[in-house]
Amino acid sequence: MAGTGTAHLRPDGEALLRVEDLVVEFSAEGGKVQAVSGISLDVVAGETLGLVGESGCGKSTTGRAIMQIIKPSSGSVRFEDEELTKLRGSALRRIRPRLQMIFQDPISSLNPRRKVGSIVAEGLDIWGTGDAASRRAKVDEVLDAVGLDPETARDRRPHQFSGGQCQRISIARAVVTEPKVIICDEPVSALDVSVQAQILNLLEEMKARYGLTLVFIAHDLAVVKNVSDRVAVMYLGKLCEIGSPDLLFAQPAHPYTAALLSAIPEPDPERHDDEPSLLKGEIPSNTNPPSGCRFRTRCPRAEALCEVEEPTIRQVEIGQYVACHFPLAPGESLETADVLGEFDLA
Amino acid sequence: MSEHPGVPLLEVTDVATGFETARGLVRSVDGVSFSLERGRTIGIVGESGSGKTVLSRSIMGLLPHKGVVRSGSIRFDGTEIGQASPKEMRKFWGDDMAMVFQDPMTSLNPVMKIGRQITEAIHTHLDVTKQFANELAVSLLESVRIPDPERRMGEYPHQLSGGLRQRVCIAVALACGPQLLLADEPTTALDVTVQAQVLDVLAQQQRERFMAVILVTHDLGVVAGRADDVLVMYAGQVVEKAPTATLFHHMKMPYTEALLRSIPKLTEPSHTRLAAIPGRPPDLVSPPPGCRFAPRCPYAQDKCREEMPPLVDGDTPDHQFRCWFPVGSTPVSIGPSNAGIA
Repeated sequence: MAGTGTAHLRPDGEALLRVEDLVVEFSAEGGKVQAVSGISLDVVAGETLGLVGESGCGKSTTGRAIMQIIKPSSGSVRFEDEELTKLRGSALRRIRPRLQMIFQDPISSLNPRRKVGSIVAEGLDIWGTGDAASRRAKVDEVLDAVGLDPETARDRRPHQFSGGQCQRISIARAVVTEPKVIICDEPVSALDVSVQAQILNLLEEMKARYGLTLVFIAHDLAVVKNVSDRVAVMYLGKLCEIGSPDLLFAQPAHPYTAALLSAIPEPDPERHDDEPSLLKGEIPSNTNPPSGCRFRTRCPRAEALCEVEEPTIRQVEIGQYVACHFPLAPGESLETADVLGEFDLA
Repeated sequence: MSEHPGVPLLEVTDVATGFETARGLVRSVDGVSFSLERGRTIGIVGESGSGKTVLSRSIMGLLPHKGVVRSGSIRFDGTEIGQASPKEMRKFWGDDMAMVFQDPMTSLNPVMKIGRQITEAIHTHLDVTKQFANELAVSLLESVRIPDPERRMGEYPHQLSGGLRQRVCIAVALACGPQLLLADEPTTALDVTVQAQVLDVLAQQQRERFMAVILVTHDLGVVAGRADDVLVMYAGQVVEKAPTATLFHHMKMPYTEALLRSIPKLTEPSHTRLAAIPGRPPDLVSPPPGCRFAPRCPYAQDKCREEMPPLVDGDTPDHQFRCWFPVGSTPVSIGPSNAGIA
């Protein structure tokens, strides 16, 4: 899973947000750990890019590195013709109103001691947008847009709201500064399915109403498919496959995408979940990632080449790009027979 | 195998559990009945706050004594345990019934080696030598497919990944050969690929040991492939109960339908608008007088808001639901068709 290469990027200048060869390293016991190892992504205006993968694949780190909450070790993040990795301090803060973020845990991401009205207004207050009355009108407008009654919500504190309502407040806080791009980091994974549907619908409404561009990070493939125009699958800090969701989910080219899809429990009682799952073992540690393709230790199709050479991203179908030496042909599925051999369990 | 042939392993009758709070009694579980045979799996499904976890803890006897009001009968293999104290319940834990919890990190002792966490349970309930307990622990770790079990015995929980930790929890629960295993959201904290592996391990162990399993989850996808029967809970009550295939194909309760519809499906094109359930569950201190789902139900009529529907039998055996105007019998039609569900 190489993920090196930029074949999937749109021509320069078309993208609103363009990430090239992003590397994020953390220092850890006995050296450095690469959480993200050379990811390239781009998002054009009005698009939703879904970022999926298992825990530890680096998807959240990628989101935070784009925001410059974590400083990338190398690589470039260009947003509206500005190179974010070069910005510091006030120059970076100037970007923030146009590049916002929504976090996973709606309750802990809101200050419990402050009233909802002031939480949502903070971005406007910092920038001194308009006068007090127009700021208040703007706060009321976004609270109303996310489905909360401004009159009652404004003077309450986060603990008086449910998880789903707190996520609505987080969305209101993100859209109030009229951003161009919002990075949503697992915005629905802490919510019940019924509330999850409400929030996903709300994000689609907000996107249409405020002309937003979204980067949507999640581990749930069905959720990502529902909201995305383009989906990128990550594994161990690298990109495996990127493409339009309808294509990618109907005929995954990367064995990892196929394995992820096969692991989803579908609400269908006729499905035989008793068959052994296709993917053995667990994601290896990124302190010492496998050589060549990083997925080879769990891949049923791995051959000698995968160990020595890292695959680069190439196009397999129009709008579908994969980083694999032996991708699945359309219509071909991962054979259970392939995986019956024992694999290196992490 | 059973001491009382012909008697279901677990019989739960009209169980209610409430918590005393400053605002009044919160009726978390309100009159739930079901029975479970050996070798079978029952799935308990519902949103947060539907009472599914309190129900499973009521069965295990894991609730605090103070401030908890319990009623109804729970019979395990013919023995009444509905009002048993934790001290009395200790006789049942381990070798009769065991539990796997949601969070594998907090349910293991962080400063105790894996091996000892398993042998502790074995020594508590079985009179065996230290060496035998150790060998048993290694074979348990092997049976839940933990690679290199001897080495893992000497490690601490933080050295294991989430999926491996949950397998250790399953090994601990299986240590004394329980007849009933309660798994409360066992895979919710895990990745989807690891979830499939852990559920495979559970299913295999159940077959080999002929255990009864109660699988508590909010994910209808998980119960669809794994449970024989499903109990759908809403606001402390059972609102539908059926064999799994019947529930998915001939559901009667609008809540079950709404829950299934709200899940994003891989078969649908992207940007399909989801059928969300408006509003949220009622306050369990003073629930509405009629059907508890009525305020959120698209089919609700006046009768639903005034009178609580009883749990009635459906067209097929073992199918029960709680609705005045069940799905498929009302002329009212809303939203997208049922095509995707039926």
